[in-house]
Order: sequence, then structure tokens, then C-alpha cells
Amino acid sequence: MLRLMIVDDSNVIRRKIERLHGNSLFKVVASVANGEDAVKQWDACKPDVVTMDITMPDMDGLAATRALLEKDPELRILVVSALADRETAIEALELGARGFLCKPFSDEALKNALENVIRE
Amino acid sequence: MEEQQLQAFVDSVVNYFQLNPGNAVRVGTPYLMEASKEITSDVSGMIAISGSRSGWVCYTAPRIMVKHLLLTLGESDTSSTNVMDMVGEVANTISGNLRKHFGSQFLISVPNVFEGRQLDSANTAAEDNRCYVVPIYWKQYHSSMVVYLH
Repeated sequence: MLRLMIVDDSNVIRRKIERLHGNSLFKVVASVANGEDAVKQWDACKPDVVTMDITMPDMDGLAATRALLEKDPELRILVVSALADRETAIEALELGARGFLCKPFSDEALKNALENVIRE
Repeated sequence: MEEQQLQAFVDSVVNYFQLNPGNAVRVGTPYLMEASKEITSDVSGMIAISGSRSGWVCYTAPRIMVKHLLLTLGESDTSSTNVMDMVGEVANTISGNLRKHFGSQFLISVPNVFEGRQLDSANTAAEDNRCYVVPIYWKQYHSSMVVYLH
């Protein structure tokens, strides 16, 4: 079972992702509200996959993506953000994220995006 | 604000609500906020805009509508904490999606959420700028997106 960390400043979104993947091939090992907490908790939970919001207080998702990939270059990060412009998606992928999913998302879209991130 | 830009707001609202089947939304004709006109709401999420444009976007809705929205998303906890979180997330998502139209320099803040406050043009916009209201009808509820850009 793959270890999943959820990073999003919205509790509702975090819980939505937790519900979708609570009984699948993922085990949620951390659910945090900003990039800073994601970096702090990485050592303790060592996730295989991360869903990462971008617009968050303290440390945004792009900075957190950079910091987490420095710790683990093999980490699979799926950016899940409302920022719908092409430049932001490209920036996230150039940083090393494996996928980009635009909010709002359906259950099916999230499932597919995570499966694609794993398969890559 | 140009008509095309207002249409971008309308499209973003529709995109948000139409995601789940049965969640048909109707967007009314946007209108200019009248002086001293109040947009009464229970809960609101406000996003500050900077970069290529400046101003703010505010989504304001009845509390019961936001609770209903939470339930349709599969969230059974309709506590005040989640209601406030949800109204902020709606504002954040609709504003973030606008970058498809306005570009990557349309910078959005994290949501500022509040309850029980009334928006009116006297305290939200300068006299030389215009504040638009986009009415949103979802199920039996009426909420609004209020936009102030210059």
C-alpha cells in the first residue's frame, strides 16, 4: 500500500481526498494545511505520493514541492490547484511534480490523476 | 470591466457548480452594485487580487446553501468550521480558475472568510471604480459573486 500525504489549506478538500482513498491502494499517513507543515512532517511519515495545493499560507505548494523533492527526488507529487493557467502547470511540472489536476475535480478525475502519477 | 472579463467570471462560476450531476446552476445577469445597496449574506469568502490586476473577489452565500453544498460533496460534517472553510474554498477555486482568462500574473491571496458582515458599495469600492454582482442560483438558493477589479 502506498503512503499518501495530503497538503491543502482547506479541511474540506483534505477530507474529500481522504475519503476517496481511505480504502484503496493508498494509506493516508499525513494530512496538513500548508507547505511548511508538509516539509516538517516528511521525516516522520516518508510518503510515497503527495497531493499538493499551491495557494496556501506560510509556504505555498510550489516552494513545498521544491523542498520535498530535495529530500526525496523520487517522491511522486500530484499538484491539485485552482490555478488554471498553463504557465503554473508547466512551472509545477518543471519543478518535478508528476502531474497537475485543476480544481474543482471529480472523484474520477482525482483517481485517474493519482493512478497516472503512480504509473509514470 | 469589459464584457469578456465578466463572462470569464460567469464561466468560472458555472464550471464550479456543474461538476457534479444534478448540481445545475443558473447565473443571472451581472449588474453594477448600486450605491448603498447591501448584499446581505450569512457567510463570505474574499480573495484579494494583485499583480496584473488589483481588487478583490467575494463569494457570499446563505449558511444553509453552503451546508447543502458540503453534503453534495460527500461531507457529512456541516459544522461552522467546515461551512467557513467551504465558502473560502469556493471563492478560491472560482478566483484561481480565472487565471485561464487573466493569465498567470493574476495573483490571488488565500481566502479571508467572515460571517455576518454586509457588503455594500460604500465601504468596498472607491467612487471611481465599479463593483459588479454576479447572481448565482443553485437549487433553491441565491448566492452572489461580487467583483471589484481595476
